[in-house]
Amino acid sequence: MARILQLDTAVAELVNDGDTVALEGFTHLIPVAAGHQIIRARRRNLTLVRMTPDVIYDQMIGAGCADKLVFSWGGNPGVGSLHRFRDAIQHSWPVPLEIEEHSHAGMANRYVAGASGLPFAVLRGYAGTDLPEHTETISTVRCPFTGQELAAVAALNPDVGVIHAQRADRAGNVQLWGISGVQKEAVLASRRSLVTVEEVVERLPEQPGAVVIPGWAVTAVSEVPGGARPSYAQGYYERDNGYYQDWDAISRDRDRFLEWLETEIHGAERSPR
Amino acid sequence: MSGPRPESATGAEFSSDEMMTVAAARSLSDEAVCFVGIGLPSTAANLARRTHAPGLVLLYESGTLGTRPERLPLSIGDGVLAETADAVVGVPEVFNYWLQPGRVDVGFLGGAQVDRYGNINTTVIGDDYRSPKVRLPGAGGAPEIAASCKEVLIVMRHSPRAFVPAVDFVTSVGYGRDGRARDRLGLFGSGPVRVITDLGVLEPDPETRELVLTRLAPKVEVEQVRAATGWPLRVAERVEVQQPPTENELGILRDLKATLGNGESS
Repeated sequence: MARILQLDTAVAELVNDGDTVALEGFTHLIPVAAGHQIIRARRRNLTLVRMTPDVIYDQMIGAGCADKLVFSWGGNPGVGSLHRFRDAIQHSWPVPLEIEEHSHAGMANRYVAGASGLPFAVLRGYAGTDLPEHTETISTVRCPFTGQELAAVAALNPDVGVIHAQRADRAGNVQLWGISGVQKEAVLASRRSLVTVEEVVERLPEQPGAVVIPGWAVTAVSEVPGGARPSYAQGYYERDNGYYQDWDAISRDRDRFLEWLETEIHGAERSPR
Repeated sequence: MSGPRPESATGAEFSSDEMMTVAAARSLSDEAVCFVGIGLPSTAANLARRTHAPGLVLLYESGTLGTRPERLPLSIGDGVLAETADAVVGVPEVFNYWLQPGRVDVGFLGGAQVDRYGNINTTVIGDDYRSPKVRLPGAGGAPEIAASCKEVLIVMRHSPRAFVPAVDFVTSVGYGRDGRARDRLGLFGSGPVRVITDLGVLEPDPETRELVLTRLAPKVEVEQVRAATGWPLRVAERVEVQQPPTENELGILRDLKATLGNGESS
């Protein structure tokens, strides 16, 4: 059964320096508050894993939490580039950032393998691209039945998987709906997991099409209303598009970014939005 | 973007970007199953669905199948895509069950660079992957879309920086570095069939697979396209001039774009 913990306690217990940490949420239900708490806890030398490192990873990379990034698409969705991510790769600021780069299909299958207890996954992928040349976790495998050569990708098994969901009950059974990304796979592939939720309820109401993750497969649940802002939580609130646009200007300049980091993260108990 | 502003058949002015979007929309046949990315492809696909192709089936990589958004989505994970979809599935499922077996007719891609054989780069600018001149967002869903959709449409604004002899990095394969490599890869999809730009349309030569100019946007000259292409561009024997957007296409396109509020997303 999952434990219901305060967010700061959960991050302090579950996320250690040097861990491999995956925060998932495919433009919807992004665990932003948990990411900010990891920055506030001043975690270092993390290997950060995420299919779409967007604004939250730009912030964590700029804050110096990570020395490696495993990903498949790094941009500010609907706006443009990630300037902290680019600064880290192009100028090693604030610290050098190693990258391990995949396609979405490859990353999704790596989580599936990790969740399934398999060492690797098979897919039709990467053929003709330059990615395998630069990424050691991409290889090929021959089908024992047909002889076909297929792409193989190494399983992902993060130390900690972090997601945000709409609801959980007191036993930590998690319910999420709408665009569900790879959240279930990320939780099941990880050794420990933290799920922030909009609300903890006595009993989960029926919700057609919802993904349910049983509480016995989750380490900790934290009630964090608005924990996905500025992304959105279907049924609770909309995406704050202005925040994504404002981030472009804040993140372009190191000094402006550092000022943001001091006031909005270290100076705030919880990020104001 | 401001471009030449010729007049449509009905006399309305239109921009070169509007012509490009309309040309991309016209390339989608009714009832095709189309894998769509945000930005221009999404605008074009939704325009097609509101004009000549009401049966067009739209898939987004966020796992929304058969979605019918009433406004343009701001990101691939916009809630409007989930709310109006036939089905919402997880990301592993959209790639493994829906894209990988070759169920999708058309994949719609853009990029920072495209080369003469239709290979696309969205990864790095510069020769050194570890120390790039410019770090781009990366692959996303594109490599497998380029490989597994029955055909691929590329939409990009024409410039010598974007239309290069050889891409710095092959993120998504067209016909391969030599125009032949794709044949040896055993992919389900046949590759890029058309590159739609703000100046016209390029299509692969059936023999060499080199992209050749086959259509011009209204009031654009061949020399203009050559100047905007980084390799010595060949021109097809017969080059058609695109029909300007109709009043209906322009009206619907502008209404759609207005639903975005703060300009087009990428």
